[in-house]
Amino acid sequence: MSDQDGGFNKDSIGNIIMIAVLVCLGCSIVVSGAAVGLKSVRADNKALDRSKNVLLAAGLSANEIATRQQIQDRFAEFEPVVMDLLDKRMLTAEEARKEKGIDVVSFDQRSTVKDPMWSTELSVSEDVAMIKRREHFALAYLLRSEGRIEKFVLPIHGYGLWSTMYGFIALEGDGNTVAGITFYEDGETAGLGAEINNPAWKGIWPGKEIYGADGTVALKVAKGAVDPSAKGAQYRVDGLSGATLTSRGVENMVAYWMGNAGYGPILKNMSEG
Amino acid sequence: MSQLKETLLNPIFNNNPIGLQILGICSALAVTTKMSVALVMCIALTSVCAFSNLFVSLIRNRIPSSIRIIVQMTIIASLVIVVDQVLGAVAYDLSKQLTVFVGLIITNCIVMGRAEAFAMANPPVASFVDGIGNGLGYSVVLMVVATIRELIGSGSLFGFGILPLVTEGGWYTPMGLMLLAPSAFFIIGLLIWALRAWKPEQVEEPDYEINSHSVLSRG
Repeated sequence: MSDQDGGFNKDSIGNIIMIAVLVCLGCSIVVSGAAVGLKSVRADNKALDRSKNVLLAAGLSANEIATRQQIQDRFAEFEPVVMDLLDKRMLTAEEARKEKGIDVVSFDQRSTVKDPMWSTELSVSEDVAMIKRREHFALAYLLRSEGRIEKFVLPIHGYGLWSTMYGFIALEGDGNTVAGITFYEDGETAGLGAEINNPAWKGIWPGKEIYGADGTVALKVAKGAVDPSAKGAQYRVDGLSGATLTSRGVENMVAYWMGNAGYGPILKNMSEG
Repeated sequence: MSQLKETLLNPIFNNNPIGLQILGICSALAVTTKMSVALVMCIALTSVCAFSNLFVSLIRNRIPSSIRIIVQMTIIASLVIVVDQVLGAVAYDLSKQLTVFVGLIITNCIVMGRAEAFAMANPPVASFVDGIGNGLGYSVVLMVVATIRELIGSGSLFGFGILPLVTEGGWYTPMGLMLLAPSAFFIIGLLIWALRAWKPEQVEEPDYEINSHSVLSRG
């Protein structure tokens, strides 16, 4: 290919292929370079965001945890525990390390879902929250004061309209009253389903009760607004208008994780014992 | 040098990408409820626009015309991914709020339009400056819209309370419409009107002349 004296033809097949290959090669190097180079910083941010959401679910206001330092300080007050969803019991960090070999600092609950050693496939009838596989262990957080458990912060996830929503639900020490809910990852429609992140909507949750008189999960996301004076209003959360499927996803998520396959039996044991 | 200055400043008022060319409206509606989010979006778009112009211009004499759009697109898309990665590293919260809109810079007509209209025919430095100029033109409109929407819709600027809200014991009842996308349409429409009243040469010739009213004689 001669590219001197105007003999260079930029529209020749050879040049088309060469430019296409070179541009793709150059761009892929830049993109992968940026992705790899910034990976650790992004992972760090993600972990911090997760801690922040644990705190938000537990009812702290955003002003209290505005800086990285504040988040780390307050997060240190929470005790990480492992919920053993197979044996239906709670393991302290010490027990989890000794009995199951789980280190609560590095334990990545989300990656265990892909591992058959750490998770089981759910049958269609069991899979209320549409998560396909259930993990055997969940990393939860406790806030104790004077030896008594004041708050449980439990990780939950379930499918919304577009993708899996990840969040935390916090319960008071009675294992029944909701203290708060947050979502730290979702792909719901901005302005409709993504309103699950709206502080006003999340503000409806505290004080609601999960289990009805018969001990099963009674908390549901209603369609439209809930009349607070109506009977059973403590078991109903206002639905998000324009986001029926997302609302249903949240409802199913609560039903699954608070039910028998999830934390239900553990919470029951703990509040009785 | 004065030509460079003109390339930089012209797109801000005289040839504003949103105001005159009516490009990039989609993101202008979506990310202008808060000034902080709008500012990050402006910085992201300006840098993508400037660097895509620079790189396209650098290889403009080599790009075969049959695949030029795809080559521009590849460069723009790569830059957008890099910007998205950087945002996730330095401003995680804001990048979460911007969600898909950073990714959608790829389809922002301003970036593509400048690469095709300017960078393909001009040297790298001028193209880079043109990218910054158009980014600034977009930013000016975005920031004005965001200022109005955040002040009226939430009573704050950059998240700092300016008008005390009723919910916090003040007197100001926020106007919910300002938080919804249609309000940006109204504001951008009014801005374009103001811009064209100030610079009448931007007013386009009407596509159709409406016929004057006439009375049909029946009989």
